Amino acid sequence: MTVMTDIPAKIVYQRPEAFDPRVTHYCPGCTHGTAHRLVAEVLDEMGEVGNTIGVASVGCSVFAYNYFKFDFVEAAHGRAPAMATGVKRLLPERTVFTYQGDGDLASIGMGEIVGAASRGELLTVVFINNTNYGMTGGQMAPTTLPGQVTTSSPTGRDVARQGHPIQTAELLATLEGAAYVVRRSLHNVREVRRAKKAIRTAFETQKHKLGFSLVELLSTCPTNWRLSPAEARDWVEERMLPYFPLGDYKVTPAVAELKV
Amino acid sequence: MPAKGYIEVNELYCKACELCVTDCPFDVLALDMTRLTSKGYHPAYMVNPDACTGCGICAVSCPDAAITVYRYERQRPEA
Ligand SMILES: Cc1ncc(C[n+]2csc(CCOP(=O)(O)OP(=O)(O)O)c2C)c(N)n1
Ligand code: SF4
Ligand code: SF4
Ligand code: SF4
Ligand SMILES: [Mg+2]
Repeated sequence: MTVMTDIPAKIVYQRPEAFDPRVTHYCPGCTHGTAHRLVAEVLDEMGEVGNTIGVASVGCSVFAYNYFKFDFVEAAHGRAPAMATGVKRLLPERTVFTYQGDGDLASIGMGEIVGAASRGELLTVVFINNTNYGMTGGQMAPTTLPGQVTTSSPTGRDVARQGHPIQTAELLATLEGAAYVVRRSLHNVREVRRAKKAIRTAFETQKHKLGFSLVELLSTCPTNWRLSPAEARDWVEERMLPYFPLGDYKVTPAVAELKV
Repeated sequence: MPAKGYIEVNELYCKACELCVTDCPFDVLALDMTRLTSKGYHPAYMVNPDACTGCGICAVSCPDAAITVYRYERQRPEA
């Protein structure tokens, strides 16, 4: 017996309304999907679905525009914060966010994100740190850990030659225009719940015109890490957390007063 | 213990990642190795439905938003 249909039951969780009824192209167990789901849940709960414009980037999330029931534009590699700046300045009452990977945001697009944060653009950025260029086959990214083997660092990242990984949230938090900059993770149920709350706070920061907001999310890439989805989550905990500590790197007093 | 809830897996979305199986605290779920979805995956299903509490943890784990969680409005009588 699976289900007792004679006893009334209420739905306590269902697929968010903001999600298009379409299968994503993400690999099984990839937490890009989880991050998408959290964005959809938050925009549903805020009643912002009809008012939101997303800016997709280049990386595995290049097709993000296919998965939500609101408008999206697609930016050139790294340029999502610049494009989002234009959208938001022309349509200031819209909720505008970018969704960017670490290759997109912290490598080719580092200039754009620093500019947008320093200008205090009223944007929300969902930043997916999976320590590599997932889409193109798992090359080394600015976030690749010391010693980490990737397809372009086959003997492991050598920091003497290739530099140290960039801690993006810490870096952007130093900029005056940034109002809310935090790092969260998607590697277990507790952290997924905390990540959702941070995404909500980031969108509320924008809605209340308090400044630039960014949530860095530690995310898995089971395919390029050559791990099962469950092993990949453990790898986030064991390998990524020590170098990328979770925390609130910038919360202005006005943001701290928001009730979320 | 009678079940306090149940889940449904939308097999259009399930990719057999097994994260819900790993995370369910009550060992309710497994992959169905006897069936394939239209995409060629072994879908998650309730192998042990009587242990489901309707807690929703599996749905928080699922990267593909494939799971709907139900909770019974009143207790199901002991069989
Ligand atoms: C101008 C330009 N340079 C390089 C590329 C190739 N390219 C496509 S995706 C990508 C990196 C994606 O990595 P990331 O942003 O971390 O996204 P992920 O796939 O890991 O989510 C690169 C370098 C490109 N599309 N355009
Ligand atoms: S390549 Fe990596 S980041 Fe891209 S969808 Fe697959 S698991 Fe996710
Ligand atoms: S609702 Fe809770 S008990 Fe039921 S299958 Fe999901 S995680 Fe397990
Ligand atoms: S977590 Fe979702 S996609 Fe993964 S096996 Fe369970 S139902 Fe399927
Ligand atoms: Mg990446």
